[in-house]
Amino acid sequence: MGSGSSPCASCKLLRRRCAKDCIFAPYFPPDDPHKFAIVHKVFGASNVSKMLQELPVHQRADAVSSLVYEANARMRDPVYGCVGAISYLQNQVSQLQMQLAVAQAEILCNQMQPEPEVPAIHQSMVDYDTKSLLLAASNTGDFGDQMTQLLSYTSSNNNVMQDPLKKESFWT
Amino acid sequence: MFRFHKLDKTTSTRCAVCKYFRRRCPPDCIFAPYFPNDNPHKFTCVHRFYGASNISKMLEELPVYLRAELVESLYYEAKCRVQDPVYGCVGIISSLHQQIQVAQTQLAKTQAEISVLNANFVVAQPPSSLDESLVQQNGVDHGLDDPFNTWFY
Repeated sequence: MGSGSSPCASCKLLRRRCAKDCIFAPYFPPDDPHKFAIVHKVFGASNVSKMLQELPVHQRADAVSSLVYEANARMRDPVYGCVGAISYLQNQVSQLQMQLAVAQAEILCNQMQPEPEVPAIHQSMVDYDTKSLLLAASNTGDFGDQMTQLLSYTSSNNNVMQDPLKKESFWT
Repeated sequence: MFRFHKLDKTTSTRCAVCKYFRRRCPPDCIFAPYFPNDNPHKFTCVHRFYGASNISKMLEELPVYLRAELVESLYYEAKCRVQDPVYGCVGIISSLHQQIQVAQTQLAKTQAEISVLNANFVVAQPPSSLDESLVQQNGVDHGLDDPFNTWFY
């Protein structure tokens, strides 16, 4: 915003003239004063200004959005902020991966069982797809490897920063 | 004659914050317990995004037993912001949400497969009355073992 138009939310809060090239103006419109207030409370206006100056213009909107998100998280949880959310989500991912590994192991176990000897009269009632699955599974011969892979699924399938997120060694 | 210079105790035990600001570190310095002088990077990293006065205010607003956790979470978020200046730790949250979605979809699919397999298993089982009649007719065991004894574990 520049002279003649309403000052941006940051200049309004800081009670200063909103210059034409105000770095905050594109991201903190005057109709949402809470957005800047919360970011200013947690990070401080000068720090936010420095952060924005270090980024190319096309990335600043996203940066502001993430700062607003972090500031809101910090207001909701003054001790842990976003880190509390990360810890909670990480636990959810681990639990889901464990459930998935158990379910996949159950399928493998079902596939490992010998095909029941069904009398001729009942063979047409057996689903063709299930039969072909059982036959294919019995021909592979590497169930042991598959089981091992599935059981180690939870520990290997996670590409998030691991060390800081483990509850026990959270602050390493 | 040698002149012995007494070491300034406050200089040698200044916390990282007071060292950074080149000031005396008082005995009741609010930063000292959480920013020891053997880890200057911790404060410089947090200070870069939050500023010393904001950190001080946040510390003052919390009871003493929660302040260490606060500092560590600020340090974690600051490190995330150094690694990803645009999204910071929000990028990690977004990635975790995606992982949860993928895992939920896979789990639902796998559980549906199990249901199908179990349903087919039930269909494949001949009724017990027919078992008896077949054995009785021919006197030959057609291998109709009790599946609940043989297959289930």
